[in-house]
Amino acid sequence: MKTTAINKIVSIILLAGVCEFGLAGVPAVINLSRASDNPKVIEITAKKFEFTPSEITLKKGEPVILRLTSSDRVHGFMSKPLKIDTDIPSETTKDVAVTPDAAGNYTVICDHYCGTGHGNMKMKVTVVE
Amino acid sequence: MEKKFDRRSFLRVSGTALSIGALYSVFPALTRSARAEGITRTLADLNGEAPAPFSFMQLSDTHVGFNGPPDPLGTKAFESAVATINGLKNRPELIIVTGDLTHDADSPDEHAKRFKLFKEISSRIGGAQIKVVPGENDAALDGGDMFREFMGPTHYTFDHRGVHFVALDNVSAGRPEVGAAQLAWMKSDLARFPKTAPIIVFTHRPLFDLKPEWEWFTSDGNDVMNALAPYENVTVLYGHIHRENFHQAGTTKMYAARSLIFAFPDPATSPMKKPAPFDKAAPFKDLGIRRVNGNALGNDLQIEEVALATAEFSGTVGMDQMLKHGNNDAKDE
Repeated sequence: MKTTAINKIVSIILLAGVCEFGLAGVPAVINLSRASDNPKVIEITAKKFEFTPSEITLKKGEPVILRLTSSDRVHGFMSKPLKIDTDIPSETTKDVAVTPDAAGNYTVICDHYCGTGHGNMKMKVTVVE
Repeated sequence: MEKKFDRRSFLRVSGTALSIGALYSVFPALTRSARAEGITRTLADLNGEAPAPFSFMQLSDTHVGFNGPPDPLGTKAFESAVATINGLKNRPELIIVTGDLTHDADSPDEHAKRFKLFKEISSRIGGAQIKVVPGENDAALDGGDMFREFMGPTHYTFDHRGVHFVALDNVSAGRPEVGAAQLAWMKSDLARFPKTAPIIVFTHRPLFDLKPEWEWFTSDGNDVMNALAPYENVTVLYGHIHRENFHQAGTTKMYAARSLIFAFPDPATSPMKKPAPFDKAAPFKDLGIRRVNGNALGNDLQIEEVALATAEFSGTVGMDQMLKHGNNDAKDE
């Protein structure tokens, strides 16, 4: 029983290796492997008092890199359910790795006060299955 | 055996929440309780003042400088609250203001004018000492520099009638946080008190996750609450959310105050954090003063809702002429 399980794991690893060399294999395995190794990068720009884009869609369980840039001053980027909580320093770029663990609609807010329109600075994140 | 306060005799407020201008009447009745004599002496030694009956008021979110929409009346509610306080038969000797004294301004000169106007209006309250903490509008853009210049330190403690007050700053870091240094300061300050000491913490933002996506939280609020948890008689008063709210964690009770500018909706039923529209027929709707009266024994407290005066806006002048619809860009707190 134990030997059978190990054989299956070895087979999957070998198959994944074959796929990486582009010979033959299972597309699903290729996609998962590449998603883990090279997460999709989504660029988001912050400036008073908006994020651009203002809405993004992610896939549950799929790691992504949110590449955050502020074009004017320090902003925050926070969503408790998505486990994101960071500042975006002025005129710099910051990468945040996210792997959503549940489908749904989420709101990311700027939680670093940036002026009188600060309370309306937010973006929508939709996580699909 | 550890001597304890009767909690109800320390700070008892009827109802589930307090409104702006909530007038707390504190009747510890400690000196009448044999079991409380020890703690009374202890507090007298620590503070130089034993617990005694007194009352105070909480104002919040006056946003001086804000001039609609949705509220086109600017400081009128604040001024009406001041007039109402001055008209009380039993005037409070202590006023606390839980942040956003001013509305933020792009120009430092304009913001300074707003601080001056806050001081001018609040100084009309006679016979009361006024203690304030900053809101993000007051202190988040400059780290609290202007607030300190006009109002003093952003965090501090004081004792009043045997009650220990802690003014906590969870805004001037820019983010909703207290920060490690201030937390250590608070822990050190409280360490000299017995666990039964009456403590009132006042701050701007909620210290718990009330509605994080509306920025109604403090990122290290749990650390603050854990530091307060060993103390049995802690009350937290805050503002920021422009509406009443009550929340209890362990024995710590937390009350939000309404604002003196406009109300926010109930996050449990509203999908949007959008200020309540101005009601011309009821310009101070959801703004007002709650007065709590207590008898000498501290039981059977009476609640009296006191509406802000609106006579100024009626009669021949009329509301329409009073409305000054500005183009202020603030649509939020």
